[in-house]
Amino acid sequence: MIPLSHFMLISAGLFCIGLYAVLTKRNAIQILIGIEFMINAAILNFVAFGKFDKFQGGGQMFALFAIVLAAAGVAVALAIILNVYKHFKTIDPAKIDTLKD
Amino acid sequence: MNPEQLVFYFFAALTLISALLVVSIRNLVRSIFLFFVTIFSLAAMFVFALADFIAVTQVVIYVGGVLVLMLFAFMLSNRELLNGLQSTNGGFKLNHFAGLMIALGFLFLIVTAIINIDIPEITWLKENNMIGQNDNTIHQIGINTMTRYILPFEMVSVFLMMALIGAAHLARKEKRS
Repeated sequence: MIPLSHFMLISAGLFCIGLYAVLTKRNAIQILIGIEFMINAAILNFVAFGKFDKFQGGGQMFALFAIVLAAAGVAVALAIILNVYKHFKTIDPAKIDTLKD
Repeated sequence: MNPEQLVFYFFAALTLISALLVVSIRNLVRSIFLFFVTIFSLAAMFVFALADFIAVTQVVIYVGGVLVLMLFAFMLSNRELLNGLQSTNGGFKLNHFAGLMIALGFLFLIVTAIINIDIPEITWLKENNMIGQNDNTIHQIGINTMTRYILPFEMVSVFLMMALIGAAHLARKEKRS
């Protein structure tokens, strides 16, 4: 029996690692990985609280939905990154500072 | 310390250490493969929260889908991209320091909040409808998907359709004009 607060502490740590990656990385794929860490931290919290919700299963259901949304987001984001690379020849977000045309 | 706790804390440490390595390592391919380790150990922790179906979904979608997609995007791009990514090791920049401070401050905030919660006093956690170790959660998930959560389910399906069309549209070859 693992106490609930330990799940929350681990998810807090993972969220902050993701936040650090999003704030400091100079590469769009690594920023995407940071966002995935943050989403996974949220999913861990959903699942940990879902343990206390046997009949409605809100935590586990929304963890499933969040996983699906994260996967769809990654697909679109990678398509955008490839296009941006074709256009700018770099995927450093600091150097991508113009819109199309 | 019983074996359950031992395995749980092993996977917790594995998650945090591999996540730290993912954000600190220079080589992008290594960091993507370490991301794989983080996702796997997170799936192990979902099993400890008695959500076995979520754990399997995590393995199937992240390891089977997202990771392969990332590696594909990475391998499909040019060599210059690889070289450009690895030449940016300009030491410890001010940018990094500010990001580290923000992340640590946020960590401090969340950890203080978690420590100050009085978890045994939360009423809905005391209602004694905890998932037991012998319960069939997949059965409950199936029923709930088709009854209580039918609206989010349909919204997710429409969203997936949009993402599919959007990704195909973005990734297509530009027509010569």
